[in-house]
Amino acid sequence: MKAATLLRAGLVVLLLTLVLRPELATPLLAPLAPPDGPVIYERASLLSLSLSHLGLVALSSLAATAVAVTLAVLVTRPFGAAFRPLARTVTNLGQTFPPVAVLALAVPVMGFGAGPTLVALFLYGLLPIFENAMAGLTALPPATLDAARGMGFSRWRQLRRVEIPLALPVILAGVRLSVVIALGTATIGSTVAARTLGEVIIAGLLTSNTAYVVQGGLVVGLFAVLIHDALVQLERRLTRR
Amino acid sequence: MIEIDGITKRYGDTTAVDAVSMTAQTGTITAIVGTSGSGKTTLLRMINRLVEPSKGEVRINGTPTSAIKPHLLRRRIGYAIQGHGLFPHHSVARNIGAVPQLLGWSPDKIRARVDELLDLFSMAPDEFRDRYPSDLSGGQQQRVGVARALASRPDLLLMDEPFGALDPIIRARAQDDLRRIQRALGSTIMLVTHDMEEAIRLADRIAVMDAGKLVQHGPPADIIATPATPFVAEMVGEADRPLRLLSLIPVTEIAEDGAADGPPLPADATLRDALSACLWTGRSALPVVGASPAHVTLDAIRARVGGHG
Amino acid sequence: MSAPGVAFALTGLALLLAPFMTLAANRIVAGEGVAPWAVAPMAAGLPGLLAIGVGLMLGLVRALPRLRLGGAVLGLAGAVWLLAAGGPSLLEGADQYARVSPGAGFWGLLAVFVLLMADALAQLNPGPAARAGLLGLGLGGLAILLGSGALADLSVAQEFAGRSDAFVAATLRHLALAFGSLATAALIGFPLGLLCHRRAGLRGAILPLLSFLQTVPSLAMFGIMIPLLSWLAATLPAARAIGIAGIGFAPAFIALVLYSLLPVVGNTVAGLASVPPPANEAARGMGMTPPQRLYRVELPLGLPILLTGLRIVLVQNIGLAVIAGLIGGGGYGSFVFQGLNQTATDLILLGALPTVLLAMVAAIVMDILVDLSRPKGRA
Repeated sequence: MKAATLLRAGLVVLLLTLVLRPELATPLLAPLAPPDGPVIYERASLLSLSLSHLGLVALSSLAATAVAVTLAVLVTRPFGAAFRPLARTVTNLGQTFPPVAVLALAVPVMGFGAGPTLVALFLYGLLPIFENAMAGLTALPPATLDAARGMGFSRWRQLRRVEIPLALPVILAGVRLSVVIALGTATIGSTVAARTLGEVIIAGLLTSNTAYVVQGGLVVGLFAVLIHDALVQLERRLTRR
Repeated sequence: MIEIDGITKRYGDTTAVDAVSMTAQTGTITAIVGTSGSGKTTLLRMINRLVEPSKGEVRINGTPTSAIKPHLLRRRIGYAIQGHGLFPHHSVARNIGAVPQLLGWSPDKIRARVDELLDLFSMAPDEFRDRYPSDLSGGQQQRVGVARALASRPDLLLMDEPFGALDPIIRARAQDDLRRIQRALGSTIMLVTHDMEEAIRLADRIAVMDAGKLVQHGPPADIIATPATPFVAEMVGEADRPLRLLSLIPVTEIAEDGAADGPPLPADATLRDALSACLWTGRSALPVVGASPAHVTLDAIRARVGGHG
Repeated sequence: MSAPGVAFALTGLALLLAPFMTLAANRIVAGEGVAPWAVAPMAAGLPGLLAIGVGLMLGLVRALPRLRLGGAVLGLAGAVWLLAAGGPSLLEGADQYARVSPGAGFWGLLAVFVLLMADALAQLNPGPAARAGLLGLGLGGLAILLGSGALADLSVAQEFAGRSDAFVAATLRHLALAFGSLATAALIGFPLGLLCHRRAGLRGAILPLLSFLQTVPSLAMFGIMIPLLSWLAATLPAARAIGIAGIGFAPAFIALVLYSLLPVVGNTVAGLASVPPPANEAARGMGMTPPQRLYRVELPLGLPILLTGLRIVLVQNIGLAVIAGLIGGGGYGSFVFQGLNQTATDLILLGALPTVLLAMVAAIVMDILVDLSRPKGRA
């Protein structure tokens, strides 16, 4: 436990250094840069790229969570039962769509920029959250639901007080999955001119500057790992309660 | 003959089974009774070496089990467990034939043996051979589980709470079946249970385990009449003691010549049945079915079990 | 009445108001939308429009799933008919660089009919053999349609015509990346999963490490492979000799293998753990050796979950292999990223459409295999 906390703190410090004071990493990255080439990405500040990257992910994930959970609640009510098989099919089919393909297919419709990235992240993010919310809401212990009904809970109250809280850890696991995919897909968003950390990696690939590639890769990787870890901790806390 | 000789199992500082010694004669049923955590299951699992003993030895017909490779040893010992442990992906026939197949029997011989066992357990072979465990009722699954354990005609059959998952009526029927089949085949059985009633009903000898130690080992009547420790007495149940004892004695043992009025008792009834019928009908004597007129009296029953203080 | 059917019909009718095709002056500029009734002369276009309408109506009847399936097929045929009729008619008299493409209306209707088909199939619940047959029919129909040249006027087809050799090479490379990494991951992952199953300590160490790898964004993973492999190629002549280099196939392949390990190992462990404990105990108690237990009890019972792991990997890797296009690894990704660079929409489609099709076919085939692997007697 203590080692894990220490490791976590170390990774946070490393990430903050790379984002806020990237020049400190020059000695480490210099051997990877082409001779006489630049070592540290300077066309944009890593901080602004990080904020824009995280902003895209946060916005799309929030919207996806709201829409997916609402849909899952509707489909698991008696009146939505007719749409349940269809909903399952759509999630199964939809998840075979590669995230990159969703991004690429959004461009012809929406043009370049942050727009298609946001839409692709949102659409792709819906599926794991919806799937988990469905699973969470349909796998509740029947005895608990019976007890709630027996106590005279109204449907709305039962949903708010019993069903959602019990399904929350499963829903959160879906959100985590979705956020991790979004962080990765947003990186590729820079190929369609969205401002994300992928820009650094792509610039490195285009100019054969491995220092850029490693710098961008490390920052994105650290963000993903730390955010994933934070969400896992949150889930654990909720499950324990 | 099964000889258990000073067998001990330690896990770290705790001793699960503490220097247990006992002998089971060929063709008998021994019930190992105890509360959960008493070490009874560990003791059983040391016999087929699913648990390796820390100390001591088990000999089957004189051969120490440690002299045989564990998997070869287990093929010679039948093993039936609670929840039957049938392979869900194999048909009834394949389940029953599993050990013979491991032993390399010919397919014809296996098929014949499977049908024989299904017949023995009153399950029509044509109907059940190709079914899967999920198609069977709980009682049928349990019977297939025991049939599988008997398939290779093992020297010894180990049973761990074999009837634990069954409801009371089916359990009673399964116990009768087991007793009948054991008598027919002359098998040697060691059975673990937490249910003293079951032990009394089935066993020739009962071994009571408490906190890893064997506290008493003897015929059911002895265990009931003279419990060695307060724990054994508690297992037997103070209030049920006389009834348990009566249930071990057939009416024929104390039947007297001469007729009596009232509904007759069957010849295989126990004294417990006789007492119950006497009380229920309000008579002090009842006739017993037999070649010549016979009857059993309340006084005789009282005399047979009374006199304990 | 089928509630989803009503939703499909309403959406479908609304989509008929959207531009069905677009006509552009060349392959770069955005096209202008053309309504479905205007893409072709009435005589040529009417059968298509009618089929679309009838298909949507047939989808409404809840009690007759076969009829709904028929409606979906009819509707798809209608949309394709209209597309095929619209190509030559829109290009007639247009400039030689002009391009026609399917528009939002076509894609929307395609989605509606595919969903209608999926909904009807979910109702019919066909067995594995029937699903394989339907998949075969569908792919056969698609092959005949593409081979017939009926859609050759479409812009995507023209992009293809210009680089059919490159397309074949990209297909082979994409398949090599996806299936090669799957096979490698299976070769490493099965034994590793088996070890993790047997030893809880190893499981506690390996699974978190693999899930950590899975978390690293793909572009970062592919990127980080580059310096690692160039270093390897520079220091080990043997590595260079077998074709390992900083960019190209090798880094993409290795990144995909690393991503595949978690689903393979995780599902192997889950599959082996799904064996009912009493069955395992009985197998041990009757004297099966560990290999006998593995082959007779654990593997047959865990196989569906094991194969589900491979399904996840295959679908995931077909998608991720697109990223290889960014680091010179080839595959359909090279078209996608070239297309993005040139803002040539149809080149993007030339890479994205086959990727999506491949992923879906892989998912359907793997689902059939998972169903077939389910042991008899176990639901």
